[in-house]
Amino acid sequence: MRRRPVWPRRLADAAVKAASVLAAALGLAMLAWILAVVLQRGASALNWRFITGMPVPPGAEGGGLANAIVGTFLVTLLACVIGVPIGMMAGVYLAEFGAGRTLAALVRFLVNVMIGVPSIIIGLFVYTIVVLPAGHFSGWAGGVALSLLILPVVARTTEDMLALVPNPLRESSLALGAPRWRTTLHIVFRAARSGLLTGVLLAVARISGETAPLLFTALNSPYWPRSLSGPTANLTVTIFNYAMSPYPNWQRAAWGASFLITLGVLALTVVSRALARERTR
Amino acid sequence: MFVLVAMTAILLELFHHSRVSLARFGWGFLTSVAWNPVTREFGAASSIFGTIVSTVIALLLAIPLALVIAMFLVEVAHPRVARPVGYGIELLAAVPSIIYGMWGLFVLAPVLAEHVQPRLQAIVGGLPLFSGPPMGIGVFTAGIVLALMVLPFITAVMRDIFTLVPPVLKESGYGMGATTWEVTRKVTMRHGMRGMVGGVFLGLGRALGETMAVTFVIGNDHRIAASLFASGNTISSTLANEFTEASEPVYLSALVELGLILFVVTLLVQIAAQMWLRRLKRRLGADL
Repeated sequence: MRRRPVWPRRLADAAVKAASVLAAALGLAMLAWILAVVLQRGASALNWRFITGMPVPPGAEGGGLANAIVGTFLVTLLACVIGVPIGMMAGVYLAEFGAGRTLAALVRFLVNVMIGVPSIIIGLFVYTIVVLPAGHFSGWAGGVALSLLILPVVARTTEDMLALVPNPLRESSLALGAPRWRTTLHIVFRAARSGLLTGVLLAVARISGETAPLLFTALNSPYWPRSLSGPTANLTVTIFNYAMSPYPNWQRAAWGASFLITLGVLALTVVSRALARERTR
Repeated sequence: MFVLVAMTAILLELFHHSRVSLARFGWGFLTSVAWNPVTREFGAASSIFGTIVSTVIALLLAIPLALVIAMFLVEVAHPRVARPVGYGIELLAAVPSIIYGMWGLFVLAPVLAEHVQPRLQAIVGGLPLFSGPPMGIGVFTAGIVLALMVLPFITAVMRDIFTLVPPVLKESGYGMGATTWEVTRKVTMRHGMRGMVGGVFLGLGRALGETMAVTFVIGNDHRIAASLFASGNTISSTLANEFTEASEPVYLSALVELGLILFVVTLLVQIAAQMWLRRLKRRLGADL
């Protein structure tokens, strides 16, 4: 039997190891590149007027996106008000009441599938059920679209977090004569509180950077969002419109808006991750 | 409960609103390349083509990268290095897609146009795949941006699989004198192949439906070009670009039908991925 030399195997191993280091470095470099560009170009567009002022026409100097900042905030808030309670209820059902039932398995399955449905499809759907009957774009529709995105995420994290609550806790509460709903609400929820908060924060981070579902629903508007029943300004669609425009000052404003959105989303993500890590410790 | 209703409602609504176009174009909608709002001729072929091509490029780039990154995180790097690096890779998933779009259009595209694409042409020149003016925007760029976006998702699944392989199996490999790469290729990958396929499916679902980043960089042109450097479009970019302009009922209906196609396809991909991963979970007895 002829001995196979060792060095080709060693070489292949070293090559792949080097490739793995390079790939990891590449991934990090891309992240750093994107963040650096956003920080650098965004920071130069940012000033006090940018946060407090109103949009200006192309060519004019100054101006800000106060309306879009407020609009994004309102639409996201609306999405949370609708999506979080429903999502939590679904999660509670899955974790506490649905154990072993076929219906629960089906719902769980669909929750997972729904997380993967493209956000633009959700936007399209809300367009057909809210915008078409109403006859105009509205902030309400935007909120509804985002709430449909947040719902499955909240449902799944709620279920996961409730599943972490030890069973003896439930049993002792029930043994003291507390009804099921009371046990869930006052004992299980309290035990899982910070986990639930983490889930909601992550879900908010996910929707606050969303653009596609807002294109067909909230649209955009150069005015102050007086009510949510008309087209509502928001940061992400503003970025889209401004970036696609040929005007330098609008493009600069788009970078400023990108900066705000990125900062917000990353801050939310990092904070919720830190919370989660504290829990597991 | 609500989730169940919502999913059914989405399907029904999209179906309902695309009936005008369904009735008018029938199955030909899937194969027609026409897209002319003036003559009201619509076909989905170019959008479907662009979606498939950009997704394939993204996966071709992302799968090997994700594999070696996962290997780096689990087998090669010291935990003290692996943790922050893994965190950074996961953060790639948190960056909003519109930011990828901005970066792709204003930063990556010029770099590609000036440095990468001309060199590629110089190396493999003559192939129709890389012909045409290097504009920076197009299907190729869209694929790169998509690859970066699905990378964290595929990496996460792969990393789980690396850690799920029973240590005994790996140790027997090392005990036989195998190198790290050999253990990865012949033990881990064989053991976790099904899980990796599931992870790829998750990435596939993401890439298919991604909208904003692609809309920024793909050029939005209704045509099927042989060159990867030419501009094209995808289902979702067409929707994002033209929906608010669609005034004719037929136009609108055709766009909704595009959405319906995308929804059905991603639904199938998701369902397949979920079933696959669930079966796997039962087999390995661990949480993925």
